Amino acid sequence: MTAGARPACGSTVPGNLLLPEVHMLRFILAKLSRAALTILLVMTFAFVVLRLSGDPAQILLGPDAPQDAVEAFRARWGLDDPIWQQYLAYLKQILSFDFGVSMRDQSPAIDLVLERLPATLALTVPALMLKLAIGIPAGVYAALHRQSVADRGVIMLSIFGFTIPSFVLGLVLVLIFAVKLDWLPSGGQASWRHAILPIATMSIGGIGILARFSRSAMIEVLGQPYIRTAMAKGLPWRDVVWRHALPNAAVPIVTLIGFMVGALIAGAVVVESIFSWPGIGRLIVVSVANRDLAVVQCLLLVIAASMVVANLLVDFAYGLLDPRLRAKSPAH
Amino acid sequence: MATATILPAPRLMTRIRLKAPILVILSVIWIIGMVLTAIFADLLRPYDITRMDLVARLAPMGTPGHWLGTDELGRDVLSRLLQSIRVSLVIAFGATILSALFGTTLGFLAAQFRGWVEHLVMTLADFQAALPFMIMSLAVLAFFGSSMILLVCLMGFYGWERYARIARGLAIAASAQGYAAAVVQLGATPRHVYIRHILPNVASTLIVSMTLTFPEVILMESGLSFLGLGVQPPQTSLGNMVGFGREYLTRAPWIMLAPSLVIVLTTLSISLLGDWLRDRLDPTIR
Repeated sequence: MTAGARPACGSTVPGNLLLPEVHMLRFILAKLSRAALTILLVMTFAFVVLRLSGDPAQILLGPDAPQDAVEAFRARWGLDDPIWQQYLAYLKQILSFDFGVSMRDQSPAIDLVLERLPATLALTVPALMLKLAIGIPAGVYAALHRQSVADRGVIMLSIFGFTIPSFVLGLVLVLIFAVKLDWLPSGGQASWRHAILPIATMSIGGIGILARFSRSAMIEVLGQPYIRTAMAKGLPWRDVVWRHALPNAAVPIVTLIGFMVGALIAGAVVVESIFSWPGIGRLIVVSVANRDLAVVQCLLLVIAASMVVANLLVDFAYGLLDPRLRAKSPAH
Repeated sequence: MATATILPAPRLMTRIRLKAPILVILSVIWIIGMVLTAIFADLLRPYDITRMDLVARLAPMGTPGHWLGTDELGRDVLSRLLQSIRVSLVIAFGATILSALFGTTLGFLAAQFRGWVEHLVMTLADFQAALPFMIMSLAVLAFFGSSMILLVCLMGFYGWERYARIARGLAIAASAQGYAAAVVQLGATPRHVYIRHILPNVASTLIVSMTLTFPEVILMESGLSFLGLGVQPPQTSLGNMVGFGREYLTRAPWIMLAPSLVIVLTTLSISLLGDWLRDRLDPTIR
């Protein structure tokens, strides 16, 4: 953000005379270092909270475990070392892509996470696609047809999206479609029909929120002077919408999509629990309940990394969508 | 000096008195009802929340004596619902206050000292916004074990970065205005300037953010309780009731429907009120 704003400071900034490629490089480097810092902060957070909060040896072996078994366990996992040594060892491990092994069944934590990842992606990717494919057009349509039935519908749906928690929506859908009508299974992962209710639960609220947001972004853009100019010079309405309004409305919408990736992961925790879907959301609840430190740390890092990547993509998409944020040419 | 703090109040009242739509009035009535329920839950509930009536287990809605039915242990759903409203509202209220205090303080500190303090606060705010709060709180709660105080404190971290950003921005803008400079010239300490002069002038924007954060805190707490990681039995909260009611979805859907409806109506009311207040009070969107 700071790097993007800096070249705009005026002609006194020597950076302004640099080639656009150098600006772009600097912008990308600034974004990447910020992303790396975020990941380091997450790693530190995870480490401090998870290691200081309890004694995993006691928890996993139970209160009745013999003392020598506890000692052996602690020595094996390095739990007796000073905390900073554990931390450095941990960072070193992560940098060599070793996320530790699950304390439950000794399998590598990263394997457990990667094994579950496809199941979560099978829900979150279609849910995100549905949100985009329905939410944005619905919002744009509502903005172009204000006060119509569709417009009111979009507003209603977005209010539902904000106020109905996913666990309530999921259970109500189960109650209607699985219990009362018996059309769809209520849980499990046996066939594609099992995915319908979880995907619906994940996407319905988001569709409303995205539609509402696209609607207001579009309305704001349609009120701008350049739209009036485009219409005044006799462009067909279609071209005004497609060439002038939509690209400008895209900037705030892309920001929201970046946030939605995080919401999707948080949503997966609840939705996978309701529908007994064996993804990483289920895994995190089970690992947290079992205090399986390695798996929880690995999950936190994978989730943080995917969010950081999503935010990076959003930042770069800005550069593509908004020429003002792109590297300034010497002409400016 | 006195006029600076007194003047905004009547203006605020007249702005509120401008006609409110029927939905907002209904929302206010529902919210008042919920607050009264939370305060007088002990007097209102017909039974103790842990009292079991084993003869009348899973009694449906409308059973005499148990108007909202009973759960799997024969505990009265209405009594538990009233207690849940109290617990959930207390947590959400405490957390919202904590988060507003924490965020506003940090925002003012950033505005006062600028430099590295501001940088640190803003970096932390970015960090907080960059991660799913749900995942972080899951880890913290399960590893420290859930307790009411920890839950309120943890939820108190939810959304602080918004207050910090707003407070910082507004305080920087306010410092540039005449009134802040005037009281500084009169010899007021920074603390005095912030609490007595800047805070009253930025309060309406902060209150609007609180009404927008409050329903999110309710949803967050009920989500965690639903997963069994928030409020622990024998205590009960709205999310907790939905979570346990889920086991009896086919046989006794009323256990889960009553608290769900309360969650939805409460968050809906506060959101509607918050939206309306924002349109009325927030000078930044005019």
